[in-house]
Amino acid sequence: MKNAFLRYIILRVLQCLMVIFVGITVTFMIPRFTPVDPVEQAITRMTMFQQSTHPEALEEMRASLATLYGLEGSVFEQYLGFWGRLFRGDLGPSLSSFPRPVMTLIRTSLPWTAGLLLTSTIIAWSLGNIIGAFAGYFHHKKWSQVLGVMALVVWPIPYYIFAFLLLVLLAYVIPIFPLSGAFAIGSSPGLNWNFISSVLRHGFLPALSIVAIGFGGQFLGMRSLVSNVISEDYILYAEIAGVPNHRILKNYVIRNALLPQITGLALQLGMIFNGAMITEFVFSYPGIGYLAYTAIFSGDFGLIMGIAIFSIVAVALAVLIIDLLYPVFDPRVKLR
Amino acid sequence: MALKIENLRAYYRSSEAGVATVVRAVDGVNLTIKENEIFGIAGESSCGKTTLIRTLSGTIKPPLEIVGGRVVYDIKEKEVDLFSLRSSEMRALRWKHVAYILQGSMSVLNPVRRVIKTFEDFTEAHERITDRKAFREKVNKHVLDLGLPIDVVTAYPHQLSGGMRQRVAIALATIFKPPVILADEPTTALDVVVQRGVLQLLKDIQRETGNTVVLVTHDMAVHANVADRVGIMYAGRIVEVGAVEDIFQRARHPYTQHLISSLPTIGDRTPRSALPGAPPSLANPPEGCRFHPRCEHAMDVCRREVPPMLEEENGHQTACFWANREAVS
Amino acid sequence: MRSFFGILKDLLSRDGRFRFAFIALSALILFSLASYWSPHSPRFSFVVPPNMRPNLDYWFGTNSRGQDLFWMMTFATRNSLAFGLMTAALSRVISIFVGLTSGYKGGLYDRVLMAINDSFIVLPVLPILILLNFILRGQMNLFTLSLTMAFFGWAFDARLMRSQVLSLKEREFTNNAIFSGMKMHKITLKEHLPFVMPIVFSTWINNMMWAMGMEVTLSVLGLSNINIATIGTTIYWANQHQALISGVWWWLGAPVAISVLLFLSMYLTVISLNQHLDPRTRLQRIREATTDGT
Repeated sequence: MKNAFLRYIILRVLQCLMVIFVGITVTFMIPRFTPVDPVEQAITRMTMFQQSTHPEALEEMRASLATLYGLEGSVFEQYLGFWGRLFRGDLGPSLSSFPRPVMTLIRTSLPWTAGLLLTSTIIAWSLGNIIGAFAGYFHHKKWSQVLGVMALVVWPIPYYIFAFLLLVLLAYVIPIFPLSGAFAIGSSPGLNWNFISSVLRHGFLPALSIVAIGFGGQFLGMRSLVSNVISEDYILYAEIAGVPNHRILKNYVIRNALLPQITGLALQLGMIFNGAMITEFVFSYPGIGYLAYTAIFSGDFGLIMGIAIFSIVAVALAVLIIDLLYPVFDPRVKLR
Repeated sequence: MALKIENLRAYYRSSEAGVATVVRAVDGVNLTIKENEIFGIAGESSCGKTTLIRTLSGTIKPPLEIVGGRVVYDIKEKEVDLFSLRSSEMRALRWKHVAYILQGSMSVLNPVRRVIKTFEDFTEAHERITDRKAFREKVNKHVLDLGLPIDVVTAYPHQLSGGMRQRVAIALATIFKPPVILADEPTTALDVVVQRGVLQLLKDIQRETGNTVVLVTHDMAVHANVADRVGIMYAGRIVEVGAVEDIFQRARHPYTQHLISSLPTIGDRTPRSALPGAPPSLANPPEGCRFHPRCEHAMDVCRREVPPMLEEENGHQTACFWANREAVS
Repeated sequence: MRSFFGILKDLLSRDGRFRFAFIALSALILFSLASYWSPHSPRFSFVVPPNMRPNLDYWFGTNSRGQDLFWMMTFATRNSLAFGLMTAALSRVISIFVGLTSGYKGGLYDRVLMAINDSFIVLPVLPILILLNFILRGQMNLFTLSLTMAFFGWAFDARLMRSQVLSLKEREFTNNAIFSGMKMHKITLKEHLPFVMPIVFSTWINNMMWAMGMEVTLSVLGLSNINIATIGTTIYWANQHQALISGVWWWLGAPVAISVLLFLSMYLTVISLNQHLDPRTRLQRIREATTDGT
């Protein structure tokens, strides 16, 4: 019994390390095995705005950029150095706001992303699953079918287009919510009502876009899972035995249908960084996604690289946490 | 009398893509089941026996519909018509008076909860559990009485073997010591050794509490071992009823005779004759006696009229023109 | 092929959602094919008066770059569809290969491959794609873009294929084929492919939707080749010209409306197809067919 559980944990941890290894190796290889040299790219971009640059100065800059990006020595040496710096938590300096380290920039943006995306993803997941479970259990009811059609129409729309439509409708055509930012310019950050209400008001629309799309997906998934579970014998048996509906729904239907959705939550958390880029770009929300967008704009290769690596590690860890929590919900994993 | 079935008809009605279909799974069944007996219902698969027992348990969900007839339970000397009950009364009747062991009982336990939790849920559907500790002791005692190991109570279903799960399902059905137990193919998915144990358990419970067991299975050997009386079902109707010895030694209906003669006996090496043809579709059953297309003795009257159920002696009844030809003429 | 048309006819006759999706998709494909008769090349600007509202001459209006949005959208739809098809085709090759070999070989090979596979499933793709396209910006065309997308978009479906293979391996006819001396790759092609094909098809559409959605995202961020007309780059140019603020809403309206219709009908195709393939509904159909017949 103990052994199966231990095996499960070890496998999960190994899988997490594997994700980090594969992801970081891919990110390492991209700039080295593409025909474009990021150093040359950076230099072209810099010299574009300067009238004259001395060839020696250029050469010096080239060398210092190569050091900066860890592009010295053989590929293998570079690879080892790359990992070495990662272990020290060093993601290099940002180019656009030199010499501030990438890590510091990420740290200042992270609370916004975490606050907005983590909460709205979890809200979307919980709402979608609870309402989806009800809709699946009472699938012949009118409201369940109406909700189903709504989710069906919203869910397949590409997130960018949906978020954009929402922004246009609720901030531009009918200006209820602010167009951009995380809080009003005038309010001073701190624990005062003015600031908090401003944050909530600014966060509402981006959160709504994530909740609506996420809700649609979770709702549809849960509804079809529940419609499978309710044809199981243990549901029929509980019904025959006269167990009340609400109890069947809670202890029998949801407990069983939720299991694949928990694994789904791990993937959803992984999608946060996909989502963050777009949400924060559309709503100009100052999180990591917006940071990435400004990095693209200003040609800050180091910052993009750093964000990619950071998101890989964060996602792998989030998935690991959910995997380790999974046995709490499914006794079959630890007791075999 | 424990329960009485009068001219019961239960059909599956569905209409997909504009085409309405009616499957007459139970079509005019009359039976009286006595107290303190094990009554077996035999027949090929899809002859309507599962539908019959499901109807007896009052589990009627669309597309299944009761088209006609009555099911009357005798509860404390009072006759109760099952289909006249309100849903709350039906709920009170189930499990306390009539327990139902589902086909494929291996999967009737909730896989993510401990067995004791299912006991709690099922019990609390009928009475308040005020003292959890006393309740646990009651369950423990019940499980021990049935000869099951005590740790099944705290186990999860996946930790139990198929036979053990079946036994737990039986324990679950008998926690209130109900006067009537309906069991649908309780041993079908189990291997022979485990089958014996499960059947013995059912038999012991019946002996001890003196209740009534209605046992549905296609397996004639099980009926021979366990049942006191047997009803043979064919295409939605009962064609022969009698004490187990009468059925196995003096079968009168040609279909029953085929079922019996297809059983292997020790030392007999003659090849078994297979029944020609296939059972009829219950969506479109043949006129008259439903067995006539496969019957070697079929007469003209069999194709036109439904044979009446006639008693020979000792409660041995047969619905067959050929078997009852002396009585009819 | 006959069975393909059989499924199509069956779905068209009994599934309203599929009917809608089929008609909408056919219309969109015809629309995209109309690009071959376009009077203007999508590369030229100022060929028509700019900023015209939708009217009888210019059905979708014209944009601030003096392009007829109707014809622009025919190109954009064609390119986006072609991009989606290409990405899905390329990633199908990888996922079929990984799924099938992993399922058949089993053992250590399977375990290593699935560990890599699962890593690709959880890997946050967008940051990596942004990094990649950031470096290669300008050098990218639709084919190289779909190549990079395919590299990241195969893993989830490879798992589906693998589980299908595992269930096929357990079935009777596989053993029969092995005992009759058939080689494994022959069994795979002859006996198993017909069962894997429906999954290939339904994941194909799913993957197309994913790829086309990603294309919109990357283009909007300005990370694809913005000189090729696609749904994403149309939105990019509209944003660049601040179409909304200057009141040229139809510039965004056209790509948004087309993509909503496109994605909805593709999604409906997938769900009716999956429902059709679900053994439970299949059983019900067979039952109906037999009761109808007698």
